[in-house]
Amino acid sequence: MVPQDNISTYADNKKAVYATDRSGNYNVIASSGWEIEEEATLQAVREMERLAREAYVLAARGEYSPLFFHMYNRRMDIQVLAEATGLFKWRIKRHFKPVVFDRLSEKILARYSDALGISRQKLCSLPQQNRNL
Amino acid sequence: MQEQQDFKHRHFAHCESGVMSLMVSHHGLPLSEAMVFGLSGALMFAYIPFVKLGGMPLIAYRSRPRSIIKGLQKTLGIKMKMHTFSNPSKGMATLDALLQQGHVVGAQSSVFWLPYFPPEMRFHFNAHNLIIVGKEGDDYLISDPVFESSQRCATEDLKKARFVKGMMAPKGLIYYPLAVPDHIDYQRILPAVIKRNAKAMLKTPVPIAGIRGIRALARSITRLSGKDPRQARLFLGHIVRMQEEIGTGGAGFRFIYASFLQEAGRLLDNNRGLESASREMTIVGDQWREFALLAVTTIRKKRNDKMNFSALTEKLLHVAAAEAEVYQRILKIRFTCL
Repeated sequence: MVPQDNISTYADNKKAVYATDRSGNYNVIASSGWEIEEEATLQAVREMERLAREAYVLAARGEYSPLFFHMYNRRMDIQVLAEATGLFKWRIKRHFKPVVFDRLSEKILARYSDALGISRQKLCSLPQQNRNL
Repeated sequence: MQEQQDFKHRHFAHCESGVMSLMVSHHGLPLSEAMVFGLSGALMFAYIPFVKLGGMPLIAYRSRPRSIIKGLQKTLGIKMKMHTFSNPSKGMATLDALLQQGHVVGAQSSVFWLPYFPPEMRFHFNAHNLIIVGKEGDDYLISDPVFESSQRCATEDLKKARFVKGMMAPKGLIYYPLAVPDHIDYQRILPAVIKRNAKAMLKTPVPIAGIRGIRALARSITRLSGKDPRQARLFLGHIVRMQEEIGTGGAGFRFIYASFLQEAGRLLDNNRGLESASREMTIVGDQWREFALLAVTTIRKKRNDKMNFSALTEKLLHVAAAEAEVYQRILKIRFTCL
């Protein structure tokens, strides 16, 4: 039985799955998704949204630099950001402090904006409201 | 520039086996996705708690990325040209040159930076595979086997996706076959790869791979009872995502392999052993699905309700036993030509 639950996370796309017909022969069938998969995906997406929201609040209060928010808003964590920029995790953690972040060189800022795929200007500010992606 | 003339896009379950099936078929050796998957011995399981993906342990239901490309080369004697680049502009120029020459080109990329992926599926996973079949203006024409129809991707986006840094970084990898055999000696190759894969699942030297890996994962679920319930929920959700969402999911791979066993059985004079192994593997796939269902129902439990981790452990150990039994039976199959 191929699930056809029209799940939201596929955004109208379909996934090919292997299933047997009545006489036991395998075929490739397009599936609009299984709600169990949808629940697991949404759980992960919501967790990332929660982290981004919390980071937004902390950055808006000035306790953390905007980088902290942009990292989570791009669905990254320190591990992924460290790999993408080639910077050590401890350096990135330092850059979460607003005083340190404000004095970063253009070169380091460029590495961040490249890894996060946003402009330097966006990187150094917070969006009006926390919208995701 | 235009799309390569006679290339036909098809919808498949998994990126790497789909790409290889499309590419070798395009070069005159028609191979189904299931055949590609089975011939490269890609069925696996690994639970690697010390390698983290997004803060969660790595759980894989197949062999590591690129092993299908490499495995198929080895088993069938296909010659592949594989390029990686340290300079992104050079990597894009080489791709353009190959398209000009009329090649269809396989490429590894990140999922997150491909705009045609649905937003909720965009995670930082860097070992996705797709085929680039042409260029029109600033857009590359892409045959991504996990999508129903062909896609387009702007140059800047594809460049970003091909040259993202990090775990399993693609380094701009592109590949295409140089030579494809016109005949495959299935009678000789199939029994060998099928037995080799079964052995790999049963007799791993490390306790985190194969059947032992499934059991290790089952044990780690038991330990969740002492952990923060929110973390426990996220871990269970992570298992289900790795199983159902990423690639084709673990259960999905069991069904692909069952399809392969069926096809192999037919190629080997309707080998009965393989036919029943295919049916048994389908049942194992169903059991993986039941496990996913149970895991998600456990996550759904209200805050005050106790999550029943031992039931999940038990279910997973049951799956491990059933899967092990299929491999043991496979090892006993007699092939007339051997």
